[in-house]
Amino acid sequence: MSRTLDQLRVNESGVVATLRGTGTIQQRLMEMGVSDGATVEVLRFAPLGDPMEIRVRGFHLSLRKSEAALVEIQS
Amino acid sequence: MKSIALVGNPNVGKTAVFNALTGLNQSTGNYPGVTIDRKHGKMQLEGSTVHIVDLPGVYSLAAHAPDEMIAVDVLLDQQRGEDEVYGLLVVVDASNLERNFYFVSQLLEFGKPLVIALNMMDIATRREIQIDVTLMSQLLQVPVVPICAHKAVGISELKSALGQLAREELQPSPVRATFPPEQEQALDELQELLLNRKGMLGRNIPRLEAFRLLVDEGGYVEKRILKKVGRGFLDELNRLRQQARTMGGNLAAQEARVRYGWVRGLLELAVQFPAERKRTRSERLDNYLTHRVYGTLFFVGMMAVLFQCIFTWSVPVMELIEETIGGLGEMFGAGMREGALRSLVVDGIFAGVGSVLIFLPQILILSFFIAVLEDFGYMARAAFLMDKLLGWCGLSGQSFLPMLSSFACAIPGILATRTIRDRRDRFTTILVAPLMSCSARLPVYTILIAAFVPSERYLGGILGLQGLTLFMMYGLGVVVAVPVAWLLRKTLFRGEKPPFILEIPSYKYPQARIVLKKVYREGREFIVRAGTLILAVTIVVWALAYFPRSADIGYEFEVQRLSLNQTIQNPDLLEAQLNQLDFEESAAYLRESYLGLAGRWVEPVFAPLGWDWRIATATIASFPAREIIVATLGTLFHLGQNVDEDSTSLIETLQQATHPDGTPLFTFAVALSVMVFFALCCQCGATLATMKRETRQWRWPIITFVYMTVLAYIAAFLMYNAAVMVGWG
Repeated sequence: MSRTLDQLRVNESGVVATLRGTGTIQQRLMEMGVSDGATVEVLRFAPLGDPMEIRVRGFHLSLRKSEAALVEIQS
Repeated sequence: MKSIALVGNPNVGKTAVFNALTGLNQSTGNYPGVTIDRKHGKMQLEGSTVHIVDLPGVYSLAAHAPDEMIAVDVLLDQQRGEDEVYGLLVVVDASNLERNFYFVSQLLEFGKPLVIALNMMDIATRREIQIDVTLMSQLLQVPVVPICAHKAVGISELKSALGQLAREELQPSPVRATFPPEQEQALDELQELLLNRKGMLGRNIPRLEAFRLLVDEGGYVEKRILKKVGRGFLDELNRLRQQARTMGGNLAAQEARVRYGWVRGLLELAVQFPAERKRTRSERLDNYLTHRVYGTLFFVGMMAVLFQCIFTWSVPVMELIEETIGGLGEMFGAGMREGALRSLVVDGIFAGVGSVLIFLPQILILSFFIAVLEDFGYMARAAFLMDKLLGWCGLSGQSFLPMLSSFACAIPGILATRTIRDRRDRFTTILVAPLMSCSARLPVYTILIAAFVPSERYLGGILGLQGLTLFMMYGLGVVVAVPVAWLLRKTLFRGEKPPFILEIPSYKYPQARIVLKKVYREGREFIVRAGTLILAVTIVVWALAYFPRSADIGYEFEVQRLSLNQTIQNPDLLEAQLNQLDFEESAAYLRESYLGLAGRWVEPVFAPLGWDWRIATATIASFPAREIIVATLGTLFHLGQNVDEDSTSLIETLQQATHPDGTPLFTFAVALSVMVFFALCCQCGATLATMKRETRQWRWPIITFVYMTVLAYIAAFLMYNAAVMVGWG
């Protein structure tokens, strides 16, 4: 079972393997650069634990853990 | 007429480029059917005028809602009422090339000439991103101009490239990201199928639109086309989608892979990134501003400062405005004869409009604050911090800005919901936004609190009962909004929680021009409203309170006056008696006026709230705009008051108001009941009209009006009875 983006720790980075499922959320994530082969780094979680902020393709993106759970990370 | 289209991702400084090119030659309008600003500008290029249309910032051409389709339709020349586009000016953030060029790869496919402006070159240089502009331009076969729009660097070079575009000297670039042949083949087939259905569709479907139809499953283009050709077409479409897929995942994943692959190839040749990435200034700042502890403290502190500014520091300015307008009213009144016209000017227009205009400083302060924070880039962080909290009532972090704006006025709040992409989220936010205590409620709170809340202090003077009451009123709207929003998300706007995929842009210095323009727009809108709707209502209320001016009453009092003159010799006593008589006369006129009649007729409805007919009348008169209550109370109690007395302030007038039996009209309980009613009631015609315009349906303003009025009545009833029970009656 490979890990998903929401399971990465702060300052940990990984490479996107694939996105689970198909739909608008997946398409939006991919357009924003969270697509296979992209390096993602977890920067922080919001004070209440959700959402999270990541760096991808040189910019910062905020997304909820539930959305990050769709992003599989290469082991 | 033809235009150049200005396009780009959000947060790339598109507005700054637009401003730098067009100066003050701008106009805003609306597209029919959607709530997207249509921004046009003119620029002078070598003596001739060139039109620019500023399209909304988007990350991609894949549209999931009608608003997102505007950009595509304008660029395909199929947006009604829009000029033909002969070329594109693409603004690209030089410090964020990869994702920006994803969009460029889509734009190249329009087959129109492009000019690329590489904006924010200063930041790219600071981050040691070296861009070979000449090589990039050669590879793309498109003019690429490095600029720094907010410092006006590179604008003349950009203008000369745009001159080429305007003279139609540029050819469309043939450069494309290469899709698998299977997908191109499927696209060919799809176009043929669509051509066969041209009769049903009523137009040719351009290849780019067919591409979106194929790739965006369940997207806006699919919905739009299936509506014309029937749902049966979906089977054919899905067959072609199957055929086009050659890699894992769906076609959207295929598009992302192909385009980001193409971008990588381009950037590897033309750009050199630093071997080791240094932390940017923005990132270092975020270590504090979005930090678990410091970030939260900063956020709370910021809100505290904001509210402090609005409610304390604006007071001197407000007093100045009040005095000026009052003085003007007296000046005008002095030159006029006693009668209806003088009453209209002094009691109606100046008292009414003046009581509204004093809120201008607060509106300006709040919109200044918001504009600065927005341009600085903090609002995305605020959304990030607040998302979880707002999520508990079914909203998202993106509702934060509209809600915050609504504390100034619900109208900019509702307009700010345009950035919320999900319809259900957006509509829920629109429906609860008017519950936030806007600055128009403030006068009601201020006056009633000053007049009727005891100035007791607790905890050694830190906590005052008056301040606490004000805070409670502001809190009330927020507290009520939570269950209302939750309920709306469970009933009318039931559905999955939309994603929260939000770019966190780099911080930047707020630009005076962008900030001031926003403040100016908000201020102007407020003044226009005060000058039109509120003025009109004030005049109507005044007229209803002044007429019919029955001759019987005048006669009766004239007779009494004469008899007084004859019977009393002492001049001091006579004057006192005459004054008393004037007072009784005004009161009699008011009681018998149309407004007085209507007020007494509805009095029983509001009696359970502890109100008399005058409060009921003032409340009803302020349904078009709640700030009118102050003017109306002024008019009502002023008309029914001894006018010769040293002009007592409204606060004192209200304190002295009594029931017919002589007991005081306002008690702490009555004041609380009025405040709670005003906190929750939707007394704002302009808000409802804005809601209609933004939702394009009458049902949403109607629902809002009904639920808020019912809520206000029930809450005021409960408040009054609770207050009476604890002995505040």
